[in-house]
Amino acid sequence: MAVTQMNTGPDIDANAGGLRTDEQRERWRLFGLSSPALLIVMVILVIPTGWLFYISFVGANGSFSMENYARMLERKSYARIFQTTFQVSLITTGLCILIGYPLAYFMSQLPVKWANLCLVTVLLPFWTSLLVRTYAWLVLLQRQGLINEWGMGMGLWEEPLKLVHNMNGTLIGMVHIMLPFLILPTYGAMRAIDRDYLKAAANLGASPARAFWTVFLPLSTPGLFAGALMVFILCLGFFVTPAILGGGTVILVSMQIVSNIELFVNWGAASALGVVLLVLTLMVLWVASRFVRLEQMTGGGH
Amino acid sequence: MIGWLRSPASETQVTHGQRLWLYVTSGITMILLVLPTLIVIPMSFSDSQYLEFPPETWSLRWYKSYFASDEWMRATATSLKAATLTMLVATPIGVLAAYGLHASKVPFIRIAFVLLITPMMVPLVLIAIGAFYVYVRLQILYTMTGLVLAHSLLAIPLVVIVTGSALKTYDMNLENAARSLGAPRWKAFMTITLPQIRFAVVISALLAFLTSFDEVVIAMFISGGDNPTLTRNMFNALRDQIDPTIASISTLMIGLTTLLMVIAVLAGRNKQGT
Repeated sequence: MAVTQMNTGPDIDANAGGLRTDEQRERWRLFGLSSPALLIVMVILVIPTGWLFYISFVGANGSFSMENYARMLERKSYARIFQTTFQVSLITTGLCILIGYPLAYFMSQLPVKWANLCLVTVLLPFWTSLLVRTYAWLVLLQRQGLINEWGMGMGLWEEPLKLVHNMNGTLIGMVHIMLPFLILPTYGAMRAIDRDYLKAAANLGASPARAFWTVFLPLSTPGLFAGALMVFILCLGFFVTPAILGGGTVILVSMQIVSNIELFVNWGAASALGVVLLVLTLMVLWVASRFVRLEQMTGGGH
Repeated sequence: MIGWLRSPASETQVTHGQRLWLYVTSGITMILLVLPTLIVIPMSFSDSQYLEFPPETWSLRWYKSYFASDEWMRATATSLKAATLTMLVATPIGVLAAYGLHASKVPFIRIAFVLLITPMMVPLVLIAIGAFYVYVRLQILYTMTGLVLAHSLLAIPLVVIVTGSALKTYDMNLENAARSLGAPRWKAFMTITLPQIRFAVVISALLAFLTSFDEVVIAMFISGGDNPTLTRNMFNALRDQIDPTIASISTLMIGLTTLLMVIAVLAGRNKQGT
């Protein structure tokens, strides 16, 4: 295979044919190396999802029925849950962009050595357990928590603010947890920008602001979009943090799915919700894939 | 100081002074990223039933209550075991897959790649209830095998991505050279390619470990009986009341994470050294 150049002679065509088949076989053998991974994905993800799809069409009496989906359309509470989910996801993504983009920009302007140091502040929370961070926020935000104590101690407000077990707490916790997912790919894209473009823009008379808006920002958008998409997708299915910091007042689709199973043991209803959530997620990904290379979503690579 | 504020900060002639707002907001953001997590550490050494900062009296009371509890100890053992096994299962499988996809030129590699990273995109709850169903049929519900398989599913995309991106910057001609000199492919991979990408492999392994160790939602459904994980117990405890024992566990987990990050950094330094 690797020694093709050595074949000279009358039967070169026959050899070439043989080599081609050899190469084909080699390709498939190499591809086969990914089969254990693909097998795990098949058995633990694809097949179960297919089954959930199937039972979402099975009614309470065991026959084919659309009742699980009909219920979602009839009951106002379901519409509200989906609305909340999208709302929370959008706001979280927006806040992450507002907070994360400037930090990524700041780091991209530093020498690599300093930037790496700053990057630790992004990676440390990224690597720290989700539960630990959620717990920390619970401690900080509760009625007698640190923030309320300090705020009232300094006379900033009189009554303890309701910071947790509601939308505030959910958003604060989610933004904190999602920020690294936005910053890492954005920073990666920014680092890849050739500084000469900005020099050229300045040289041609662009003000710093103009050079940023017309040259730097557009070049950084692939990373930014990829990060924002990742954050949005993760928010849509997020469970742990909203379940703890929302305190039952902010109900997202994932939480409804869990309570459908844990409290009501209604697999049909849970599956139907899951299918709709999955379809919505895939639709977002599909629409986004026309603007973003999906591989870039994971551009952080850390 | 004034001189510095007026000096140019980048290629576009913007001065440090004009950018002061950026430095201030970035500083605040970095503090907010790190501080909330670290605040748990001093609180875990408090003697009080209530969480206070700074603690009035210090003690190791909550660490004692953690180490004295059979339930927490069992859960910790389960989690550590599951995380180690997940690392051992997902890393080789993921590295193999990344290498296969990188080296092979079969037409539908892209589809295979997307399929391998889907576990990152699918809502965890969905994976959890799906796995629950399959595990009942396969009779591996509440077993270590089941837990490790499900956690490997989550870890494989990370391994494939991290190792895959390292392979992209690796020059395959090095391996081809070894093979043209007569080394079989597996030997060329083990002796030439693997040492070149080992930093990525180490990172992948650490990520696989952490993925399993931190995972809550899937463990909620498929780990139970004698085998609940640490995070599952923590999650249940957090839902009920704020037990300061959680602060001591959190501190230990932050310590573990820091340790793993140091390992990662050291692995990176070795890479530059050779």
